[in-house]
Amino acid sequence: MSAAVPILEVRDLKMHFSVGGSVLDRIAFGKGGIRLETPVVHAVNGVSFAINRGEIMALVGESGCGKSTVAKTIARIHKPTEGEIRVDGEDIAQYGFAKMLPVRSRMQMIFQDPYASLNPRQKVRDIVAEPLLQQTRTAAERKGVPARIEQLLAKVGLSVEHGGRYPHQFSGGQRQRIGIARALSVMPDLIIADEPVSALDVSIQAQILNLMMDLRDEFGLAYLFISHDLSVVHHIADTVGVMYLGFLVETAPRDALFSRPRHPYTRALLSAAPSIKERRAEDEISLGGEVPSALSLPSGCCFRTRCPLAWERCARERPRLADVGGGQKVACHLVDEPERDTA
Amino acid sequence: MSSFVQSEFFHNYTRSTSAILGSALMVGFVLAVTAGPFLVSQNPYDIAGLNLMDSYKPPFWMDGGDARFLLGTDGQGRDVWASILYGARISLFIGLVAMVASCVIGTFLGLVAGFYGGIIDSVIMRIADIQLSFPSILIALFLMSAVGTGVDKVLIALTAVGWVVYARTVRGTTLSEIKKEYVQAAKVAGLPNAKIIRKHVLPNVMTPLIVIATIQVGTFVLIEASLSFLGVGVPITQPSLGLLIKNGFDVLFSGLWWTSVFPGLAIMALVFGINLFGDFLRDELNPRLK
Amino acid sequence: MTAQTQNALLAVRDLRTHFHTFAGTVKAVNGVSFEIGTGEIMGLVGESGGGKSVVGFSILGLIDSPGKIEGGQILLDGEDLVTAGEPRLRQIRGRDISMVFQDPMTSLNPLHTVGQQMDEVLRLHTDLDAAARREACVAMLESVGISRAADRLGAYPHQFSGGMRQRVVIAIALLAQPRLIIADEPTTALDVTIQSQILKLMRQQIAARGASMILITHDLAVVSEMADHITVLYCGKVVERGPTRALIAAPAHPYTRGLIDSIPDPSNRHPRLRQIPGMVPDIRNLPPGCAFRARCPRAQALCAVEEPPLRALNAARSAACHYPLQPGEPA
Repeated sequence: MSAAVPILEVRDLKMHFSVGGSVLDRIAFGKGGIRLETPVVHAVNGVSFAINRGEIMALVGESGCGKSTVAKTIARIHKPTEGEIRVDGEDIAQYGFAKMLPVRSRMQMIFQDPYASLNPRQKVRDIVAEPLLQQTRTAAERKGVPARIEQLLAKVGLSVEHGGRYPHQFSGGQRQRIGIARALSVMPDLIIADEPVSALDVSIQAQILNLMMDLRDEFGLAYLFISHDLSVVHHIADTVGVMYLGFLVETAPRDALFSRPRHPYTRALLSAAPSIKERRAEDEISLGGEVPSALSLPSGCCFRTRCPLAWERCARERPRLADVGGGQKVACHLVDEPERDTA
Repeated sequence: MSSFVQSEFFHNYTRSTSAILGSALMVGFVLAVTAGPFLVSQNPYDIAGLNLMDSYKPPFWMDGGDARFLLGTDGQGRDVWASILYGARISLFIGLVAMVASCVIGTFLGLVAGFYGGIIDSVIMRIADIQLSFPSILIALFLMSAVGTGVDKVLIALTAVGWVVYARTVRGTTLSEIKKEYVQAAKVAGLPNAKIIRKHVLPNVMTPLIVIATIQVGTFVLIEASLSFLGVGVPITQPSLGLLIKNGFDVLFSGLWWTSVFPGLAIMALVFGINLFGDFLRDELNPRLK
Repeated sequence: MTAQTQNALLAVRDLRTHFHTFAGTVKAVNGVSFEIGTGEIMGLVGESGGGKSVVGFSILGLIDSPGKIEGGQILLDGEDLVTAGEPRLRQIRGRDISMVFQDPMTSLNPLHTVGQQMDEVLRLHTDLDAAARREACVAMLESVGISRAADRLGAYPHQFSGGMRQRVVIAIALLAQPRLIIADEPTTALDVTIQSQILKLMRQQIAARGASMILITHDLAVVSEMADHITVLYCGKVVERGPTRALIAAPAHPYTRGLIDSIPDPSNRHPRLRQIPGMVPDIRNLPPGCAFRARCPRAQALCAVEEPPLRALNAARSAACHYPLQPGEPA
């Protein structure tokens, strides 16, 4: 029965940040006299998806599309503005510190920057032990921690004596291994990986991706894998979600998404990705313009300001994520009016 | 220890004349104020040991100088050299204790302001801003006139002046540190905020404070001297270097210059040494200058 | 080879740039040679620590202490830039050779308008009058795809988005009609849709002006779309060079092969990526022999003893390997 419950289910997640600083900074002198302004960054605007046990879901998109915010909100580094985050069926969206603590043993995170994600003043073994120590209650449990740390270091390809060193003594790839060992320490079911290989050289990137795949096979881990690199996503993911300006514009099983992208933005993204294969120059869709500001979203469809196929309906009406079959969902009016799809 | 000797820091230190001179002055002062009182025969504040017949003796190399009083004596027949050793002890004690107190209070407030933000941050930082808009000597003067004089009152006044620079620096570094992923990782690991601040943020905001703290000891010695010179500092029974200058100042223009000039030179040498070493630390610890 | 040498715009011969740090001498560039013909785009590829950026800075004479060019020649049209001296290099920079950096925010001065920064290049390197300079700036901005160019001259760098800023940087780099552009990771900070715009723009502009370009990047995919030739660096040395398509299709050096295999390939659904084991050695104390030997699946006893020189494999290609891969041979 529990197999039917996804390890992670996100429903209509919204994350808005108010930017403005102190009261003094927000005073604005407008026509109607003095008023207080609170600019709001619409980082995530209603995102829904689910990940089954042992599955890898990738979120792709360009910088500022909200994919990292989704990851950090699910990991409850931020408290969501709205929406549900169900871990194994349990909605943790509004949990406080104490109720979150047991959830953190089921869900852990790997970070992007191998240099900033490890405290430079902590020894490696203390870094790796940190999540585990928060979950231990008794002295007996704590006694088992050092042995467990040794196992973990070995598991990610480091040795016992590495545990006594500081992060600056390691290369970027090794640091990322330390971060993975830290996430693994509590034996989670779900790991949220926020651009785990984008700061690494390509040869090291392959090592880390292989390690993550091996760990999934061994422990049945599920990953939420955030990346901007389509070739990496194509390699690792079972399901892919494409984000733009805080919206999920398309989600589909990997092969469907890469072979039959439905959303114009997905198509542009796929076509813009450089490849070492010889490219047929004609099939490139070039997007003009740039991503609008998340401070004031465009009306209707978030992508219409750059979409080569947009028409007046797109400005009027915000498309909803609609099922087009085969597990593929697209948020685009072209689904209703396929005759306009000239691409 | 051998790893310290081989470090780049030590290497650069051995090649920096100003750093060596500065630290030599600092070490010299510390040795002088700890061992010094045992080296001079006279305790300048033991009235029984004083002889009014010895008053206003010039330094030993001048006419009428006395070999017992290297730098001469004051109106009560106190040895100026002994007074300096005792006075520097009080000056340095005040500077160090006030620095530690400022550092602890300022760091705590800065951490809280930077980590929690919002109203707490606004309140703390606005107080700091208001405080910074007055000259620190003025604030100290106000406080001293309100609470009275005494070594403990001087410490309170200096701490009230000194915490701001730590709070502002720590708040700034805290704001940049808490954006780093290791702090987010600590949240995901399930650490409570107090532990995140103590284990993760605090150790990483300390480095710039070393420089500030070093220089501040010098600043505090100067402020204390000014307060004592103005007559609102330490009591006459515990004369710091500043009070020595004030005492000598009354007779400075009668040609009895040594009673205030030598304590003044002592302050200068101490602060100069602290600043030289502080500048070296600033260059070494600031990665942006590398 | 001789034909190429004669019409080479830039020839780098045995360049050695070392950094003397407290912890030891970093031989960032240690005997690098290559040539670029007129109108050619050459990709300089390698991982971090390979020395590729230092090559770019060395060509422009922008190596500061503790770095020093210890030897070799950088011949621009036969003139050696290593011995040219700073006054001559100042003339060359911006006019004959210009540079596009990774981060457009730091390569533009935030305190000056885009127009002022463009005008300065023209004042230094041309004798046009003010009106003609302005006209040239507007035309250049338009050619890099910035609309309302005349108005935008008065804007400050922070008023442009990342992609637009990089267009401005490219416009400035092209202004004085340089013969060689060194682009150091020009699109690494940009999003993929913006990256494809910028790459396309650079390709067009280079072709239209007949200029040459050195494209420094870690991204083999970018290089394979842009470059005519590729030079692969590892630990400060050239390990392989050759025409782009041939080199990617059949790499001869095991390191190049490893780099290409590390890129996830959608058409090749192996569950595991082929990875290069281990990591880049500390270049302050490289072992004797081949620097790649410890990570190389083909290493033999000879590799530990003798450092392989860069040897010609055929007319167009060369590799520094005792046992180069033959075309079609599995890794």
